Amino acid sequence: MSDVFVVTEHLQGQLTETSFELVAQARTIAAQIGGQVVAGLVGSGVTGLAAELGGADRIVVVDDPAFENFSPDGHAAVFGSLIEDSAVVLVPYTSMGMDVASAMSTTSGIPLVSFCASISVDSGLGATCQLYAGKIEADVEVDGDRAIFAVLSGSASAEDGRSGAAAEVTRVPNPVGSELRSTCLGLVEPEGGDVDITSEDVLVVVGRGIESEDNIAEAQEVADLLGGAVAGSRPIIDQGWLAKDRQVGKSGLTVKPKIYLTLGVSGAPEHVEGMKDAETIIAVNTDPQAPIFGVAHYGWVGDIFDLLPELVDKLESD
Amino acid sequence: MDSVVLLRPVPDPVEELELNDDGTDLDRDYLGYVLNEFDDHALEEAILLKEASGGSVTVLGLGSADEMEQILHTALAKGADEAIKLGDDLSQLSVSSQAEIFVSALEGRSYDLILTGVQAADELDGQLAVRVAAKLEIPHVSVVVGADAGDGSVKVTKEFWGGVTADYQVQTPAALGIQAARQAPRYVAVSLIRQAQQGGALSEIDVDPPPETSGVRVVSVRVSETGEGAEMIEGDEEAAAEKIVEIIRGAGV
Ligand SMILES: Cc1cc2nc3c(=O)[nH]c(=O)nc-3n(C[C@H](O)[C@H](O)[C@H](O)COP(=O)(O)OP(=O)(O)OC[C@H]3O[C@@H](n4cnc5c(N)ncnc54)[C@H](O)[C@@H]3O)c2cc1C
Ligand SMILES: Nc1ncnc2c1ncn2[C@@H]1O[C@H](COP(=O)(O)O)[C@@H](O)[C@H]1O
Repeated sequence: MSDVFVVTEHLQGQLTETSFELVAQARTIAAQIGGQVVAGLVGSGVTGLAAELGGADRIVVVDDPAFENFSPDGHAAVFGSLIEDSAVVLVPYTSMGMDVASAMSTTSGIPLVSFCASISVDSGLGATCQLYAGKIEADVEVDGDRAIFAVLSGSASAEDGRSGAAAEVTRVPNPVGSELRSTCLGLVEPEGGDVDITSEDVLVVVGRGIESEDNIAEAQEVADLLGGAVAGSRPIIDQGWLAKDRQVGKSGLTVKPKIYLTLGVSGAPEHVEGMKDAETIIAVNTDPQAPIFGVAHYGWVGDIFDLLPELVDKLESD
Repeated sequence: MDSVVLLRPVPDPVEELELNDDGTDLDRDYLGYVLNEFDDHALEEAILLKEASGGSVTVLGLGSADEMEQILHTALAKGADEAIKLGDDLSQLSVSSQAEIFVSALEGRSYDLILTGVQAADELDGQLAVRVAAKLEIPHVSVVVGADAGDGSVKVTKEFWGGVTADYQVQTPAALGIQAARQAPRYVAVSLIRQAQQGGALSEIDVDPPPETSGVRVVSVRVSETGEGAEMIEGDEEAAAEKIVEIIRGAGV
C-alpha cells in the first residue's frame, strides 16, 4: 500500500495540464516513499489517452459509455474504488477534482488536504497550503500514513509529467453501473465576445477594489490610451460589470500579455493561475499584504482612485 | 423546492491578518468575521429558486460569533423563511466536523436541496457541500453557477474552466456547492434586517462539537511572502504613475 495514485482529468478529448503536473509530482513522491505511480483514467472512449500518461508506471482505465461526460458523484465513486492500494492520492484542485476529492475522503475516511501548493513526505505526510485567498500559508501534517491531496495548479512542471514511455494499462469494468444520479445534458461553450483578452498585449485588470461598475470607465481610459483591453477578476464578472470572456483565472481564461496591470486585485490563487506567466505584471493595491505583490514584478501600495487620474494625465502627455 | 442553505462566517479577508504568538493560527481575538462570500451566493440562488418556483428557504448558521446572528437576520430579511443557529464556538472546526454537525441538524427535516458555498477561505479539508452529500449518500455537484427547479430533480450548471460549463439533471435531494448565483447577491435595507430581528424566525440548537476526525493538523502558519517578486515603487501617486508609464514603455508597448 505505498502507491501514489493520480486522478487525471480530461475535457473535450484532451488531458489537462494539471493531470501532467500531478504525474510529475507523483514521480517525485514515489521516488521517496517507494511504490508505483498509478494514474486513473475514467471516461468513454478514453483508453487512447493512456498513451500520453507514460510518466506513470501503471494506468487504470475505466472506459464506459456511462462516463461519456464527467459525473460528479459517479466519478467520485469510481475513483474511490480505485485507490484502495494507494498511500498518497493526488487530485487536481479543479472543478472536477473538487467533486471527487471531498467525496472520496468522506467515504474512505482518508484525510484530505486541500489548497496544496506543495507536498512533503520526508517525515510523515504533509503539505503547504494556501489559505485566506493566498494571504496565509499553512504547513500541515496528516495523521496516519495515507492522505488525499487536492493540489493547486502550477505545483509542478507539466513538462516533467509528459513521457512517451509505455506504461502498463489495466482496464477495469465500470464498478458503479450506469444508473447515475446526475445526467450530463451537454457541455456549453462560452460565446465569443468583441475582445479576445488572450491576444491582447496590454491588459488593465480590475478587481473588487474598483468598487462600482461606473469606475471601470477610468480603467478603460487607461487601457484605450495603451491600446489594450480591460479584463477582470471573478467578482467583477459575477456582478455582471464585465462580460464572462473578460475573466482571468481558474474558471476564466489564461493570459500572457506583455503588460498586466492590476487595479484592486488581491491575487487569490484562482486568479493567479490565469496570469502568472504574463511578461510584466504591475500591481496596485492598498493592502501591502496582498498576495498579488508576490507574483507581480512591480508593485505600488496605494489607492487606485488616486493613481488613475495621474496615469491618464501621464499617458495623455506622453 | 425546499432548500436548506448552510452558512459559515469566515475571518474577513480584507483585514490585516495577524498570527498568534506560537504561529499556529490567526490571532482570532481581534478578527472580524464575515459571511463566506460563496455562501452568500448560495443563499441568493436558494432565494431565486423560491421566487421562481415556490418552496421554502431555511438557513443554518454555524458558530457563535456576534456576526452570526446578524448574518442570519440578514438572510431572513432577504427572503429566508426560517433561520437556525447551531451552537457555540464551532467556527474553527474542520470542514469534516462541520459536515457532521450540519448532517445531524438536518435529521428529521425534509428538503430537496442543500446549498452552500463552493469553498471557504479557511478550509483545509475539502468542501462542505460534497462532504455533506457523501455523508447523506445523496448526489452532489460542486462549482455550480445556476440552478433550476424541476420535478424530483434540479437542473444545475457546473462550471469547468475557460468559461466552459455543463448542464446536469440531478435527482433530489442533492447538495450543491455554489460558486456564483445567477445574479449578484442582493442587498437588503437595514430596516428589513431590524424587522427580522423582531420577527422571531430565528431559533437556536445546541450542538456538541463532534470529535475531530479530519486527520489534518496545522503545524505552523505564516503570512505569504509578498514583494518577493515585486520591486516596490516608492512615492506618491504621481511618482507611481510616472514609474508605471516608464515600465510599460520599457516593455515596448
Ligand atoms: C472554483 C473557483 C474558481 C475561481 N475562479 C476564479 C477566476 O477564474 N478568476 C478570479 O479572478 N477569481 C476566481 N475565483 C475567485 C477567487 O477565489 C477570488 O475570490 C477572487 O479572485 C478575488 O477577486 P478580487 O481580487 O477582485 O477581490 P478581493 O479578493 O476582494 O480583492 C480586492 C482587493 O482590492 C484592494 N483594494 C480595495 N480598494 C482599493 C483601492 N481603492 N485601491 C487599491 N486597492 C484596493 C483590496 O486591498 C483587495 O486586495 C475562483 C474561486 C473558486 C472557488
Ligand atoms: N477525470 C475524468 N474522468 C472522466 N471524465 C472526465 C474527467 N474529467 C473530465 N471528464 C469529462 O469527460 C467528458 C468527456 O471528455 P472527453 O471524452 O475527454 O471529451 C467531459 O465532459 C469531461 O467533463
